[in-house]
Amino acid sequence: MALYTETVMDHFMHPRNVGEIENADGIGEVGNAKCGDIMKIYLKIQDDVIQDAKFETFGCGSAIASSSMATEMIKGKRLEDAMAITNKQVVEALGGLPTHKIHCSVLAEEAIKSAVKDYYDRRGIAYDAKQFPDCENCEGCRMV
Amino acid sequence: MQVYADNAATTKMSSTAVQAMLYGMEKVYGNPSSLHTVGQQAAEAMQAARQKIASCIGATANEITFTSGGSEADNQAILSAAAIGARKGKKHIVSTAFEHHAVLHTLDQLKKQGYEVELLPVGPIGTVTAQQVEDAIREDTCLVSVMYANNEVGSILPIGEIGAVCRRHGVLFHTDAVQAAGHLAIQVEEQNIDLLSLSAHKFHGPKGIGVLYARKGIPLVSLIQGGAQERHKRAGTENLPAILGMAAALEEACDHLEENAAKVSRLRDQLVEGLSRIPHSALNGDPVHRLPGNVSFCFEGIEGESLLLLLDSKGICASSGSACTSGSLDPSHVLLALGRPHEVAHGSLRLSLCAENTEAEVEYLLKEIPAVVEYLRSISPMWKDLVRGKRQFVL
Repeated sequence: MALYTETVMDHFMHPRNVGEIENADGIGEVGNAKCGDIMKIYLKIQDDVIQDAKFETFGCGSAIASSSMATEMIKGKRLEDAMAITNKQVVEALGGLPTHKIHCSVLAEEAIKSAVKDYYDRRGIAYDAKQFPDCENCEGCRMV
Repeated sequence: MQVYADNAATTKMSSTAVQAMLYGMEKVYGNPSSLHTVGQQAAEAMQAARQKIASCIGATANEITFTSGGSEADNQAILSAAAIGARKGKKHIVSTAFEHHAVLHTLDQLKKQGYEVELLPVGPIGTVTAQQVEDAIREDTCLVSVMYANNEVGSILPIGEIGAVCRRHGVLFHTDAVQAAGHLAIQVEEQNIDLLSLSAHKFHGPKGIGVLYARKGIPLVSLIQGGAQERHKRAGTENLPAILGMAAALEEACDHLEENAAKVSRLRDQLVEGLSRIPHSALNGDPVHRLPGNVSFCFEGIEGESLLLLLDSKGICASSGSACTSGSLDPSHVLLALGRPHEVAHGSLRLSLCAENTEAEVEYLLKEIPAVVEYLRSISPMWKDLVRGKRQFVL
């Protein structure tokens, strides 16, 4: 389908890092069922480095591809570097997304941050709350 | 294997229709408005096509107006009935919540002009009764517009009964028969239909051509100003090749209506039975009064666009009412009107068959679809929550 780039289709048809990490150190879940996409990212973290990342996604082709690409981008990265990844970088890595699908890349960025936040919370590590998205009150879900 | 199962979106043209169009392009190329021989040959061919179409629906030729398709016919029918109503001070319109947007958006436009529009609820199986319509009719009702069959969920509505109610109350009755024409019998007199829309590409005719039937004596408002074509009701040189293609396709469809319906219904029932075995799935629409080719399902825990993309990779062409495929935030208004929650409506799949589909194709669909649904569920956190009891199953 010409709707998506080859890279998007590749990551959709052959998603990397699908599944659940048992005893994950951080889990982030964003989106909601009503909107039609839920993204869940699991992290294995050691010495502030992401050793492994996996995802589960309920959503459209670009949501699955964005999750796949995002997990690829953060594996082996230090937490602060993973936190610096923006949705734009996800879009670029995918070779572009249709305008009305950009929110899928936003979800991917937020899922990463949400998983890192969960890790900090579990370990009792202090952080600046402003670094993290406030998923509950985001515009995307309130529009529905 | 390539399986085209999206015939409610559009159909492949029949060779009869293609031949008729070629004849229109190569042989009767004149302008039907021209006085000379070549023009008059075109006018005669057009009149014969008009007569053919009229015969298929029990109308007379001068009650047939050619339009650019179903949407234009719906617009013109509704705006015309509204104009007649306004002249009598009647500005109340009754329709249903799951009409096509060609109807709903036209009604929205009328609302802004001071009309009162009442959309009847369609209940869990997606239908309305003649009683509901009768209860909604008021002194100032100028139009009832109820679709013959729903494009997404396949319900066939009791058009004849609704027509009788409207006639008894002296209210104009329009039906959007875009999904019905060529697939279900239409008899405008018996069914008391005053205005009817149909579109050629839904019955193996060409795209960009349709018909508005308007019972004799109902004045139509012209949406396009210009020449005197279509008795001043639709300006612009007629699309003769398309008109000939449409007439040939409709005649062919009506000649084989019963045998096609029997064959396609059998395939449909096999598909419904097979897909019903997928856990936490449900058929959408009326299980009994149903378009021969329509199979519409919701699968809990998955999203429709990813389902379509994976099916496409296996050669299966289908459609979905998920938000991602509609290009908006909300899933299909039809599924929501049936009371499906958003999260369930996102996981919808529509397969629409025609007489060219085969048993082997149905077997292929029944092999691939459950596997794709299972795969998508395996990567869905929502499905996992349902299975683990963190979220309640709806289906």
